[in-house]
Amino acid sequence: MSWLSYTKALNRALADALADDPSVCLLGEDIGAGLAGPTLGLQKRFGASRVVDTPLSEQGFTGVAVGAALAGLRPVIEFQIPALLFLVFEQLVNQAHKFSLMTGGQASVPLTCLVPGSGSRDGWAGQHSDHPYGLFAHMGVKTVVPATPTDAYGLLRSAIADPDPVVVFAPAAALGVRDDVTGPLPVIPLGRARVHRPGTDVTVVAVGHLVHEALALATELAEDGVSVEVFDPRTLYPFDWEALGASLEKTGRLVVIDDSNRSCGIGAEILATAAEQYRLTAPPRRITRPDGAVLPFARELDRALQPGRDQLRHAVHAVLKH
Amino acid sequence: MRLRTPADGVCLESPADRYRMVRLIRGFEELALELVRSGDIVGGTHPYIGQEAVAVGVCSALRPEDQLTSTHRGHGHVLAKGADPARLLAELLGRTTGLNKGRGGSMHAADLSLGILGANGIVGAGAPIAVGAAWAAQLAGEQRVVVSFFGDGALNQGVLLESFNLAAMWQLPVVFVCENNGYATTLPAAVAVAGTALGRAEAFGIPAVAVDGMDTEAVREAALQAAARARSGGGPVFLECRTYRFEGHHTMERRLKVDYRPAEEIAAWRERDPLLRAAALIGDPTALDQEVSEQLAQAREFALNSPAPDPAGACDHLYASGLRPRAGAVA
Repeated sequence: MSWLSYTKALNRALADALADDPSVCLLGEDIGAGLAGPTLGLQKRFGASRVVDTPLSEQGFTGVAVGAALAGLRPVIEFQIPALLFLVFEQLVNQAHKFSLMTGGQASVPLTCLVPGSGSRDGWAGQHSDHPYGLFAHMGVKTVVPATPTDAYGLLRSAIADPDPVVVFAPAAALGVRDDVTGPLPVIPLGRARVHRPGTDVTVVAVGHLVHEALALATELAEDGVSVEVFDPRTLYPFDWEALGASLEKTGRLVVIDDSNRSCGIGAEILATAAEQYRLTAPPRRITRPDGAVLPFARELDRALQPGRDQLRHAVHAVLKH
Repeated sequence: MRLRTPADGVCLESPADRYRMVRLIRGFEELALELVRSGDIVGGTHPYIGQEAVAVGVCSALRPEDQLTSTHRGHGHVLAKGADPARLLAELLGRTTGLNKGRGGSMHAADLSLGILGANGIVGAGAPIAVGAAWAAQLAGEQRVVVSFFGDGALNQGVLLESFNLAAMWQLPVVFVCENNGYATTLPAAVAVAGTALGRAEAFGIPAVAVDGMDTEAVREAALQAAARARSGGGPVFLECRTYRFEGHHTMERRLKVDYRPAEEIAAWRERDPLLRAAALIGDPTALDQEVSEQLAQAREFALNSPAPDPAGACDHLYASGLRPRAGAVA
């Protein structure tokens, strides 16, 4: 038995990708020292020309990664905080994502962005605590939010091997999760959901670290005879609608828990699709941060805006009344 | 139909080749203007007329394996690097035979097989892409040079300065070519650029040279030296090509009748027409003119007779992995 942490799983995925494919390279701030964790030791092992410490020039080095990808490399960028994605929306969404279509399929941009520590870390306040996966899913950039170390490994490997740009959000609140791992870890395809726990009464779609909250609640409710299916999309774009449909066919009830802002969020998309396409026996519910939320500094205020187990319990009970 | 091109290593070697290319770009742009007026080209174009010496001078210094990133005023760069004018025109017309199968249009024309990494609709956005392609060349140990074309308007984009820094720190084989035509859309460079264009590059330790952007041969000389330096590991070079566009920023200007440039200024620059200067270096250009004229007539026929894309394929090529998006409005 060996316990693998989420951060170590990311580190192993990067190391294996670098070892397997000479066109893979890493760019980012403080990655030589491995400050965020996932790149620890990689510069020593693979050299400073493949694991490149960049100056604080997010737009510059993200554009560089796009050009390098067009020229045959498979760059991976590590962003130290999620808010940096706002700086490079131009390079990722307006350039990298659009190249394939705009060139009539001549070009592809196999670029991976890894965001270890997305969402709230206590005390990081307004500009370090967003969880902006919905923006990328909305634009159609492949968007991944793994909940477990095994999924983090397998999905990051797929992201790096994918011919299109992919953004991988590693939630801060999931970095402490550990998996019991024996043997090599599997590569997990993008676009496939995972049912962590089957159930028959209600489907709880949980994104990222909230999978663990949903699992804890499911265990608790099982004692009361309530059967909760915990559904982890793992990839928000493309979303595994087929698997969601199969789950809702069984349960007919839906609750989504999503640690991002409510308006135009991924939770809204899941509810809308379920309402359009699937048979629901109860009005669906979603638990999110408030509209346009900015996380305040004080821990009590920060936590007050984040979705949690209590709200999830309340929502599950609400849909069970129908 | 295909020109002898830089990709073949022959097209721009002699003054006659270069004159021919200047003439081709001029004629292509005039044809595009005609097709905008007739309504065949939808959305308009950013005419390159007047700036041809920059594209031809710079691309004459490049090898087939070299690459470039272009601007929204990119037809000249794309043609001078060897793209087929018939397929570029078909792209402007949104036809399936276009360089980008009608998905890019004027502002995104690209031919990756010729090292043309795309024209770009966002000012300055091509610069880091060029730096990235140069970094890939350096890592691969290839002696490729990447040219980043941009206008004076891009000098105020932060990402351009970030690109200068990265290219200089990493000593990458990039030639930054600023086509200073004096105007960022309608804003004169004189009231937009603090300090000087050269000073921006020099601040990063990048050798910077100003050159007469109306003179194909002067641009070529500077570009040859810059490319040689970059190719031998000497790092990036910055060329400021002082030039002028005879037409408006965009074809829409004619319709709107906007007026921001003195007529005397336009007339004075027209006196320095790069086409006349390139012609002065060769004998009688009549035969070359005739050749270009026939080529453009064929391009026109090819493009206008090419099929429009099937709307059912509007999302084709969105993902290289073949992912099909869910249907939206086209459901």
